[in-house]
Order: sequence, then C-alpha cells, then structure tokens
Amino acid sequence: MFDSLLQIGFILLKIIIIIIPLLLMMAYLPFAERKIIAYIQCRIGPNRVGIYGLGQPFADFIKLLCKEVIVPTQSNRYLFIIAPILSLIPALAAWAVIPFSDGMVLTNINAGVLLLYALSSFGVYGVLTAGWASNSRYAFLGALRSSAQTISYEIAMGFAFVGVLLAAQSVNLQEIVIKQSGGILHWYWLPLLPLFVVYWISAVAETNRAPFDVAEGESELVAGFHVEYSASSFALFFIAEYVNMILVSTIAALLFLGGWLSPFQGIPLLEPLFAWVPGIFWLIFKTCMFLFLFIWMRATFPRFRYDQIMRLGWKVLIPLTLIWIIMIAFAVMLQLPPWFK
Amino acid sequence: MLLQSCYSYHLGLNNFMTVNKKVLQNQRAKHTKMMESSVLKQKLVKFCKSFLLWDLFKGLSVTGQYLFRKKITVQYPEEKTPLSPRFRGLLALRRYPNGEERCIACKLCEAVCPALAITIEAAPRADDGSRRTTKYEIDLFKCIYCGFCEESCPVDSIVVTREMHYHFEHRGEQIMTKEKLLAIGDLYEPQIAKDREEDESYR
Repeated sequence: MFDSLLQIGFILLKIIIIIIPLLLMMAYLPFAERKIIAYIQCRIGPNRVGIYGLGQPFADFIKLLCKEVIVPTQSNRYLFIIAPILSLIPALAAWAVIPFSDGMVLTNINAGVLLLYALSSFGVYGVLTAGWASNSRYAFLGALRSSAQTISYEIAMGFAFVGVLLAAQSVNLQEIVIKQSGGILHWYWLPLLPLFVVYWISAVAETNRAPFDVAEGESELVAGFHVEYSASSFALFFIAEYVNMILVSTIAALLFLGGWLSPFQGIPLLEPLFAWVPGIFWLIFKTCMFLFLFIWMRATFPRFRYDQIMRLGWKVLIPLTLIWIIMIAFAVMLQLPPWFK
Repeated sequence: MLLQSCYSYHLGLNNFMTVNKKVLQNQRAKHTKMMESSVLKQKLVKFCKSFLLWDLFKGLSVTGQYLFRKKITVQYPEEKTPLSPRFRGLLALRRYPNGEERCIACKLCEAVCPALAITIEAAPRADDGSRRTTKYEIDLFKCIYCGFCEESCPVDSIVVTREMHYHFEHRGEQIMTKEKLLAIGDLYEPQIAKDREEDESYR
C-alpha cells in the first residue's frame, strides 16, 4: 500500500519536473517570437519590463489572469469552459512518452509514436468545441477551417511517421533515436529528406501557425476559433498552441535529427571534446532550432489561400510521402548502407 | 498589316512578296517548336523549383539577413528624432531684448487665423500711450498649428515653438492668455531666436 503510494508520488514528481521547465519554455517562446520578428522587421521588440524585457511574459500572464472571463450569453457555457482544457490536455499529455535522453522518459511504451499521433489529432477537438460553443460565426468558421486543415495534414504527417517507423523498424521512440546513432549523416533527415520536409510542413499546418494560420486569419475572421475567449480561458488556448509548437519541434528532433544524440558523433577530434555534454542539451538545442524556424517562417511567408492549403495537403504532400515510403521500403529490404544495415 | 510586319521582323525575315511561302511556313513551324520547347523547359524549371522550395528559401534568406541589420527603432522618451527649425508646436509671444513686448496689436494674426482661435483686444497703454493688446488669447483647442499667425506677424511677435509636450487637466486651461504666451516665449527665447536665424534666408 505504502509502496504504491510512494510510486504514485514519484511519478507525480517526475510529471512536475517535466511540466515546469516546459511551461517556462512556453512562457518565453512568445517573447522570443516577438523579439525575433521585431528584429527581422528592423525593430527592437519588447524591452521595457525587466532587463532586456525578460519580465514581459510574466507581465502578460498576470494581465491575462487578472482579467474577467466573459462567457457570451448565447453560448453553451459548459462546452465553452471545457474547450480550452480539451485543447491543453493532449498538448501536455503527449510529453509522457517523449524521451529527453537515454532512459530519461516518463513512460517508455512501445507504441510511443502512435500515442503522439493520436494525441496530436485529439487537439482539434478543443478547437472544434470552442468554435461550436462560442455561438459566433467567426469562431465557427475558424473552427471548421482549423479542423479541416488538421485532418488533411494529419494524413501526410502520419505517412511521414510511417516512413520513420519503416526505417527504424520500431514504434518505440527511444529505439528510433538509438537506431539513428552514428553521426549527423546517419540521422533520418538525410535518407528521409522528403518525409522530413513533409513532416515539417504538416507540423506547421497542424499547429495552425503561419503560413497556415487561416484558422485565425486576423484579416477575415478576427481571431478565428478563440474570438469569444478572454482572460485565462484565452491564456489556456495560448499555452496549448505554444506547447504544441514545442511538442512538434521535439518530435521532429527525435524522429529526424537524432534526438539526444550528439552531432559530433563519429568525428575524431570533436567527439571526445563534446562527450561531457548531456544528451538532453542536444535535444533542447535541436528543438530550439525548429522553434526558431517556426518563428522565422512566420516572419517571412504570407498566409496561404484556403484552397491552396487543401491542394498542397492532398495533391502534393500525400502522393510525395506515399512514393517515398515505397522507396524506403525497398531501401530497408535491400539493407541499403549506411542507414539500413 | 503593321502587326504582320512586326512578326516577320521578329522571325528575322524581310517582308518581300518574293519570299517563298513554304520557306516562311517552315520557319514559322520551327519557331513555334522552339517556343514550345522553351515553355516546356520553363515549366520543368518551375516544377523543380517549387519542389526544392527554392523561392521559400530565398525569402527566408532575405528575412534572415534583415535579422542582423541595424535596428532603426527610436526609443522615444530617452531618444528623440531630430526636429526641423520649422517645426510648428506650441505658440509663444516674444519680447525685444530690452524686455518690451513685440506685439503692436495690429490684429493681422487674428484676421488670418483660419480656425478663429485668436482673440485680441487693444488699447493705448497708460504710461506711454503706445498701442498694445489688453487681451491676447489663443484657444489651443481651436488652433490647428498652421503657423499663419507667425507668417502674418510684422514684428515676429507671435511664433510657433518646438514644444509639443503639454497637456491640460482642467477646462479653461486650454485658453492661452497673454501672460502664459509671454512666459512660454521667455522660456524658449534662445531656441526660438536660433530657429528664426537658421531659417532667415527662406523667410
């Protein structure tokens, strides 16, 4: 009895150890976004709160938490409140199977990739519920767009996963990373380059980020599915969006950039020089690279038209992944060195 | 006719009637074939480019360069943008160096003011009988800072200054009386004089 309680306490502690740095990272991601976009536009960005504006995220959150939650009169109150929670839960739950380093994982289950895939699809329910419960035309249209987009890009994303699973012969995230060991050129970004690109594009589309942010296209839908949300309920959507960004970046790092593996593996002089660096550092580094790419893309590309998004998803990405999966299948069958020995 | 001749010219042919029709047709067919192949090539190049995300990377490189450019933000309360000597801010009344007010109550500013913001009443001064204003008021809610009053003033009395940071907290404070205007003039006299001097040759 006491033993099981202790175990539960231990798991809770692990969850807290994962969640708190995650939320801190999430808090500074919008700040980084504002700063980087400002720099790209030759501006300085927020720099008033604290040194270099580092207190900005906390100022924003305190402001959001102190404001009034307004529930529209014609809305479905229960769904309206549940929706942001629904979108936040899968974003946080998915971190249970993410291995941060060799053995540093909350639950090492064999179907890790499948769980991630399932949970990332689950996020759309929050958006859909929010759009429906708000009883507002803008929110409803935003939710419809978002769900259609997520569903179409999920297929391409799933096929990209399938390519990785074929190459690694495993659904366990840790094993997938370990299969990639042997230096930068052994990571799956090279043999699966088209799938990597497809995964990244569909990840951007899945998280409803620019240039795929028609779901909250300011110019036409005000703010999309979360028009009616204010204060802390809006903050939950905000957190969910940014945690999802970190999540898909981490998945990209795990599946295609060798997760916690050092990039200097196999290089004679540099490998022992960087041997002391813990694996989790490399994972965070790679994740931050993808996060930077997210922001960079947002600062660069104009928004897609809706039919262009659908065309890209169905007529370009899905055929491309299908072709490359067949290629990978052959490569694995022929045990093509150096990746599929 | 003109168009046809242009076309023949484009083909590198002269437009003589003696040209064999067959030759012309042959050339034309060759030309269209060439055009077709170049269109095909263009299409191929476009296809490859779109698959390699060429344009997207180009865009990213442009924004990437801007990331390291010099930032042009002026951090307002600490830094200010340079002002022109012709800047039209708060109004002021000037004095001569000996302390005598310049205004002679000619009322030209009152007449020229498009917003009817200026009200002047004049009377001979008690001690020397010179014509002076007894009331000189500018309603800053009406004033549009056009600077016509300064242009019309024969003695450079009413001027616009560089001052733009001011506010009113109560109703009625926006009416600038003669005392207030003279005080502003006294406060900014060095700057006002310098600006007038700088702009002298254009006035």
